[in-house]
Amino acid sequence: MVLSIGVIYSLPNLYPAKPAIQIAYTDSGKSADQILLNQVKEILEDQAIGAESVGLKDNNIIAKFNSFDDQLAGKAALQKTLLDQAIIALNLEPSTPQWLRDIGGGPLKLGLDLSGGVHFLLEVDIDSALDNRLESLLNEYRKKFRDDRINIESSRKDNKDLLFSFTSEEDYNKALKIFNEDNITPLGTPLYDLRPNTLRNLVELAYSQSAIKEIRDYAVGQNLMTLRNRVNELGVSEPIVQRQGSSRIVVELPGVQDTTAAKKIIGKTANLEFRLEAASTTSRLRKEEFDFQDERMGSAFLEKKIIVAGERVTNASSGFDESGFAQVNITLDMQGGRAMQKATNGNIGRRLGVLFVEQKNKSVLIQDADGNDVIEQSSYIEKEIISLATVQAVLGTAFRITGVGSPQEASELALLLRAGALAAPMKFVEERTVGPSLGKENIELGVRSIIIGLLSVIAFMLFYYRWFGFAANIALFANVVLITGFMSLLGATLTLPGIAGIVLTIGMAVDANVLIFSRIREELVDGKDPQTAIQEGFSRAFVTIVDANVTTLIASIVLYAIGTGPIKGFAITLSIGILTSMFTAILGTRAIINLMYGNKNIKELRV
Amino acid sequence: MNFKIPFMTYRRFATMGSLALLIMSIGSLGFKGLNLGLDFSGGTLIEVSYEEAADLIEIRDLMSNNGFDDFQVVNFGSNSDVLIKVADKNGDSQLGDVIYKFLQDADPSTELKRIEFVGPQIGSELRDQGGLGMLVALGMILLYVAFRFQYKFALGAVTALAHDVLIILGLFSLFSWDFDLTVLAALLAVIGYSLNDTIVVSDRIRENFRGERGFEPHEIINRSINQTLSRTLITSLTTLLVLLALFFFGGDMIKGFSQALIIGVLIGTYSSIYVVANMLLGLSITQDDLAIPEPEGAEFDDMP
Repeated sequence: MVLSIGVIYSLPNLYPAKPAIQIAYTDSGKSADQILLNQVKEILEDQAIGAESVGLKDNNIIAKFNSFDDQLAGKAALQKTLLDQAIIALNLEPSTPQWLRDIGGGPLKLGLDLSGGVHFLLEVDIDSALDNRLESLLNEYRKKFRDDRINIESSRKDNKDLLFSFTSEEDYNKALKIFNEDNITPLGTPLYDLRPNTLRNLVELAYSQSAIKEIRDYAVGQNLMTLRNRVNELGVSEPIVQRQGSSRIVVELPGVQDTTAAKKIIGKTANLEFRLEAASTTSRLRKEEFDFQDERMGSAFLEKKIIVAGERVTNASSGFDESGFAQVNITLDMQGGRAMQKATNGNIGRRLGVLFVEQKNKSVLIQDADGNDVIEQSSYIEKEIISLATVQAVLGTAFRITGVGSPQEASELALLLRAGALAAPMKFVEERTVGPSLGKENIELGVRSIIIGLLSVIAFMLFYYRWFGFAANIALFANVVLITGFMSLLGATLTLPGIAGIVLTIGMAVDANVLIFSRIREELVDGKDPQTAIQEGFSRAFVTIVDANVTTLIASIVLYAIGTGPIKGFAITLSIGILTSMFTAILGTRAIINLMYGNKNIKELRV
Repeated sequence: MNFKIPFMTYRRFATMGSLALLIMSIGSLGFKGLNLGLDFSGGTLIEVSYEEAADLIEIRDLMSNNGFDDFQVVNFGSNSDVLIKVADKNGDSQLGDVIYKFLQDADPSTELKRIEFVGPQIGSELRDQGGLGMLVALGMILLYVAFRFQYKFALGAVTALAHDVLIILGLFSLFSWDFDLTVLAALLAVIGYSLNDTIVVSDRIRENFRGERGFEPHEIINRSINQTLSRTLITSLTTLLVLLALFFFGGDMIKGFSQALIIGVLIGTYSSIYVVANMLLGLSITQDDLAIPEPEGAEFDDMP
């Protein structure tokens, strides 16, 4: 029963993957539809390129081909006709039959070291997300106190704290009341960590631990979404974009050939800030000077107050205005739209600047206490103006920037605006790229070592144990089938160390049988008759086998817990292998031996 | 096969041998340290392949001319494959792309096989995690064995494991082999494997201690080892067979892994024979230690 399930679910691995093309609309908000499907079919027919099948799958259209030549010809034809309307990506599609797919069968997923592709680990810079929040909180309160006629003597941000000092006790009490009201959240956890000082009419405010956690979750979640959109733009099949730990994001792009392009799009560790240009009368404390990204333009003063940050940008695209000049259309979310409306109301005629914020790394060689050279790494943030345009009307959720130069420049600006939609800057902390040829090579080498390992063990067992070895070999073979079956069923990923795990399991799986057979031999030497010896051999060896395997299982579970990617793959195959080998070696072998020797009167038994 | 080798007679030699190996290992680890692979040291690694034998000197010149000073250029697998390692200076994830670009400019036939970049903080995190994982695994095994057998066995088993792990680490340090994540995985697999052996031997020792009265502990242990010897050797042999297949045919990316496991299987086989038995005798195990039969054991004797 278990074995037949194993066989069924390992079947999909026998069907080869077919060359395919994946087609999706360039606009990631739009999913592929019947119109695009018909278009694709027409194009392929016109060019007389025979596709095996063309159909909708998820948000894409998948066209499968019988040969790689057809696939490439198909891609060229589609690209020529569809141009920038669609993203066209080469791909491999499993050719699992429908009935197997219906019961949840599918081939093993290959890890990046086998399929080729890119793995990135990005770290979200929570500190700067927090700084941004504090900065805008400070502005909110300044405005509120001004509206409520509460007089502030001074207010500033100091590291992770906001410091407010009030002119009178009355103002102080009013303000404290506001702070306390704001501090009550629906969940009952405090938003702030408030430290009032009644004697000096001073309030120190910082975000509470739970609020910081929430900000972190939000920033990571927002970046995760942005990254998913960017990855979709790449048109990769089955990409992985996942949160790892508290502030890291894993991106895996299997099968990506042009890794530099992928990295360029993923790696845009940028954020945006919309700010009004500072008037010449604005106090020095309320404005900052920034350089333009285009060096010819020099620099300009912007207000410190951020109207809207990149996380509020939902879309940006380039287009043309009524008179045919290039423009960039920007869409903000509701909250961003409201903030923009408030800020531009009464400021028509002033200029609105867009800042591009990038995080860069810098490191210096310093000497530690022992006089050794150590590298100290620090990251700094670079902010540059990418656009400074006059506000023509009160702006809302949708507005446009005109006078942006050539259409080329407009589309670049739109791309930057879209790319900037990150809640907090990120940086690469790990990257692994495996070229497609190495992936293929790894599979070949892996499969070859599995076969050679398996054959040598099978040969040895036959030679040493004869018929009993034969039974063990069948069990061993069943074990390999079961491992692949279960891994396919669980959707586990096969990696190179994973293959090593299977190979190792093959070597160790016979251990249970060796234990049983040695026991049977001993029982025979003790003068028991063959049937009893077989019985005793199996039952006496059982406890030993369980003990020995549980401890190995402990080691592999620990390995799974501490390991990353490929190592996890090893731990998975090893654990599955231990479980299946216990099953096949004890029950499987027993069944076969019973078939061979059961109910027979054996006079002599050769083990 | 029936073995009657007086293992326990030679136990002093074995102890001295083990101690010598351990001292060498600890010494090498202390003075020389491990040659940490990219996973733990952080840095950038790039593997490229050329159509014909690569000119390493030219590649080194190219690297120097492009402003790199702390790097290694070696052949990897074949003489047309080249592995370049750059020590981490600034955690710059772009280095791999930069290097690949100028290599390709110099020779357009250059094909990229892989780029790996590990930031300095990830490297140190993996180091801590790896060490911690090893300790957690040993601790949990200690508990399991103490629960299933008896604390003297648990101490023996964990000593054997620590012995195996230290000697493998020592060899990796002594020969400056790259110690990366796959080797760490192999070490944990060795722990699993060696324990397998140890448990089988301990199981037999326990059984014989319970079953037969009036023998010296050292006689019983010797007999148990001989009884399990053929199984120990056969399992080691089949495991070595597949590991050799992996070592010779599995490609260069998992050479370190199979290397560590091959050494591990050899040492693990030895340690399950000598280290555990030695520890048990050293802790002067007696029949009274195992006098209360556990339920499993009792069930056992009742079986037809």
